[in-house]
Amino acid sequence: MRRVVVTGLGLVTPLGAEVELVWANILAGKSGATRITRFDASDQKCQIACEVKPADHPYGFDPDKRVDHKVQRQVDPFIIYGIDAAGQALEDAGLTEMTEQERFRAGCSIGSGIGGLPGIESESLVLAEKGPKRVSPHFVHGRLINLISGQVSIKYGLMGPNHAVVTACSTGAHSIGDAARMIALDDADVMLAGGSESTVCPIGIAGFAAARALNSSFNDRPEQASRPYDRDRDGFVMGEGAGVVVLEEYERAKARGAKIYCEVVGYGLSGDAYHVTAPEPEGSGAYRSMEMAIKKSGLALSDIDYINAHGTSTMADMIELSAVKRLFGDAVGGLSMSSTKSAIGHLLGGAGAVESIFCILAMRDQIVPPTLNLDNPSEGAEGVDLVPHVAKKREVRAVLNNSFGFGGTNASLVMVPVRD
Amino acid sequence: MSDTAERVKKIVVEHLGVEAEKVTEDASFIDDLGADSLDIVELVMAFEEEFGVEIPDDAAEKIGTVKDAITYIDSNKA
Repeated sequence: MRRVVVTGLGLVTPLGAEVELVWANILAGKSGATRITRFDASDQKCQIACEVKPADHPYGFDPDKRVDHKVQRQVDPFIIYGIDAAGQALEDAGLTEMTEQERFRAGCSIGSGIGGLPGIESESLVLAEKGPKRVSPHFVHGRLINLISGQVSIKYGLMGPNHAVVTACSTGAHSIGDAARMIALDDADVMLAGGSESTVCPIGIAGFAAARALNSSFNDRPEQASRPYDRDRDGFVMGEGAGVVVLEEYERAKARGAKIYCEVVGYGLSGDAYHVTAPEPEGSGAYRSMEMAIKKSGLALSDIDYINAHGTSTMADMIELSAVKRLFGDAVGGLSMSSTKSAIGHLLGGAGAVESIFCILAMRDQIVPPTLNLDNPSEGAEGVDLVPHVAKKREVRAVLNNSFGFGGTNASLVMVPVRD
Repeated sequence: MSDTAERVKKIVVEHLGVEAEKVTEDASFIDDLGADSLDIVELVMAFEEEFGVEIPDDAAEKIGTVKDAITYIDSNKA
């Protein structure tokens, strides 16, 4: 099998829309959570979110940088975030000017968990209030999940595989894993891979709140609401944004002298076959997903120094943690595991990609990001370094990223610095 | 410039993301302003909203330039 490396990164998050700024904010322990500003949330049970900030904010996102004005008007925010993150990643990789022959072998695998919910919501209101004649001709293709990959391929002329994963909160991790396989199996030489989400809208907040997934007792303290593993956690904080990486066949990347961040060496995936929203109580699906990824990597359990956990700040945190403890056994004492959802909330379909990028940067800089608000770890958390409150300098030889989604879908990725 | 022309141009600038100077009366939506067929559907809807006129499909198909739109609206608005 051909080897696959990461040569470019792109991020749009509630803590910034460029990789180094986001990473600095994450390591500094900043939080992207605020009361919801996007709409009047005063009648909602949950009134807080980690929103992507406007362009005039110090961590703001300026859509005009990489997305045409006309496209901005036609599509949902998740597509705008995805196009920008993909553009950042291509620029970082130095691949914005590929030949036609190269572009035949370059593709996209950028998905989303939910897609254009804000636009579906608002256009449904247009339909109800003004009738079918006023529904926008851009309604459908401005909301479809695969239209990040579609838009990016058109903008950059990428004519290789054009794919979009939809596996709820595992989307970002599955997107990277699937795209890595496309390169390994010689379907492509370069793939833009990742995920994006933007569902901070009335129906999105109300829907997740009704499913008892969102926090509700921190409306007056937004920055404290996302508290994975803490005994006072009561649901996730909705985030939004996108993460995209450039995956590239190793020999090609080496030959062109690319900056190589790491190699994707393990990918595991499994299904819980248990419940639509709750994970299997023993974490058996998570266990098998991690086990498969590590087995594929050829690494020993004790080689994994950092796990970026799914850790959403819900009841499920301890299920993942118990699966980690069972799988790693004695080796659990040597690793650090944190949830960056404590800082940027849960990016749903974007989470796995954004968090994989944090894993990559943790390896690059030999430092692991913190779990914010972990004041009183829940029972069962003992014996695992969950990196409370502050980032920690330590050796990071290999990383594992976990993502688990509604429907009982699990994905794990293992990455290491590249070696000849 | 007539009131209709001003409002039409404003809608075109906003929807197509083009510079105002490019939206001359002779400009073709497709050839000069980068619109595709779906953009024209959207523009026609915006004109209908703005001016309270009905632009049936067969009339919409004949609107190729900014001037065509202004003329249609001026002769059909209430």
